[in-house]
Amino acid sequence: MAAKVLMKGNEAVAEGALLAGCRHYFGYPITPQTEIAAYMAKKMPKLGGTFLQAESEVAAINMVIGASAAGVRTMTSSSSPGFALKSEGLSYLAGCDLPAVVVNIQRGGPGLGGIQPSQADYFHATKSAGHGDFHMLVLAPNSVQEMLDFTFDAFDLADKYRVTVAILADGTLGQMMEPVDTTSKILGPPVDKSWALTGTEEKRKPNLVSSLYLMPEELEATVFERYERYKLIETEEQRYERYLTDDADIVVVAYGATSRIAQNAIDAVRKEGIKAGLLRLITLWPFPKKPLHELAQRASVFVAAELSMGQMAGDVELAIRCQKPVITCHRTGGVIITPEELLQKIREAASMQSPAA
Amino acid sequence: MSATINRILLAGFGGQGILFAGKFLASLGLVQEKEVSWLPSYGPEMRGGTANCSVILSDERIGSPIVSAPDILICMNLPALDKFEPAMARGGLLFYDSSLISRKPERCDISAFEIPATQIATDHQMAALANVVLLGKLLRETKLCDEMTAGGVMQNIIPERKKELLATNLNALSLGFRFAA
Repeated sequence: MAAKVLMKGNEAVAEGALLAGCRHYFGYPITPQTEIAAYMAKKMPKLGGTFLQAESEVAAINMVIGASAAGVRTMTSSSSPGFALKSEGLSYLAGCDLPAVVVNIQRGGPGLGGIQPSQADYFHATKSAGHGDFHMLVLAPNSVQEMLDFTFDAFDLADKYRVTVAILADGTLGQMMEPVDTTSKILGPPVDKSWALTGTEEKRKPNLVSSLYLMPEELEATVFERYERYKLIETEEQRYERYLTDDADIVVVAYGATSRIAQNAIDAVRKEGIKAGLLRLITLWPFPKKPLHELAQRASVFVAAELSMGQMAGDVELAIRCQKPVITCHRTGGVIITPEELLQKIREAASMQSPAA
Repeated sequence: MSATINRILLAGFGGQGILFAGKFLASLGLVQEKEVSWLPSYGPEMRGGTANCSVILSDERIGSPIVSAPDILICMNLPALDKFEPAMARGGLLFYDSSLISRKPERCDISAFEIPATQIATDHQMAALANVVLLGKLLRETKLCDEMTAGGVMQNIIPERKKELLATNLNALSLGFRFAA
């Protein structure tokens, strides 16, 4: 067994990036994700990389655009209000088809909000990270090990599809410590980046990385091409985990830290004889429609549990085409759902089952 | 303790070493190859002076890392006792610093250990290590580990640049282990 070390989730994100060969990190401090930058500041110089604390979040994401255009693995991180500031840059990354990894350790909002854990940036991450037609591939870890694993994987996914991959976590996952195995990552072969701006040395035609297309048809064609890749991502990359769903009448849908709270609640109601299970979402975009569609054939009621006012719940309803009722269990603003609250919701869901069933 | 899961909450003022004591327990769990989670308070309550920390040691995968009904509780100030004693699980073990907390616990369905930890630490010229004295007592009463294992864990978690603090920490642990009220 590989020796594990205790790490904070934020540190695990940073370590995952370093293991993936990221040598260019640009950030700006904000609670509760500052340990990412602190870890990078400590380790990056020893690896010959660049750690730069930018003058603002906007500057940091633009530095990511520059580094990615030059063909290197690069990352930035922030927390909700700081992450929102990066929206313009996220859209430009998409428009330029530049691979990048961005991390949002969410806190309560809107506005400056608070510093406690939240999942209220779901809409921002999955639907509206910036202007124009585009998506980020969004991964939602639920343990410190996954903070490392998913960040590592994020770089491969970003290069593979030439998209931005977002790690969407929250203050709990950023701040908590758990044992982590850091030893089992193997870096794949370098990806072809012949599009990158690396200097022609007068041996090839200059490359151009740009998101400006003044001819509508030309711009439309780039968007169509990108959506072909998105279609492929939707087919290939829907990721999720099932917990006791095989015989479940009630299916709780949750992601991130909330999915762990759901595990406790499900274990508790199972002891009462209520057949509840958990569909834990790993990718938020692409949304795991496939398992939801399947589960809708058997389950009677869905419970969408999240730390927002029901932002994910709508996607659950869409995925199951409203075939079954979806009730929500939510807290927001930095308040965390307790297992007892969710337990109550599951009991409520159980009482909604038709007596004939 | 034969239970396969320990839900531990540590609470007190910032600066009393609450997070460090929690880290010790998490590191112990790691050595014992258990599933472990450590979750600090990092919010306004910490900035305002009080700190708390949830630690879970388990033989199985850990769900929520938040300890809302601790079966082991360390309290290092009165607000902590006031807030968390009512939340304790039945049959839980409470360890509190009676040098800093004047009232007695009220619950009859828990076992309370009254340790004048700050007094003990101060008497031995290690005023800042009341947390470690409490830890020693906790380890002994919960039988989470023996003193030798505890010493090894302490050695692991004291950073290289602070190695000179190891001896006093081990001493404080030992005082806790040997304290009998």
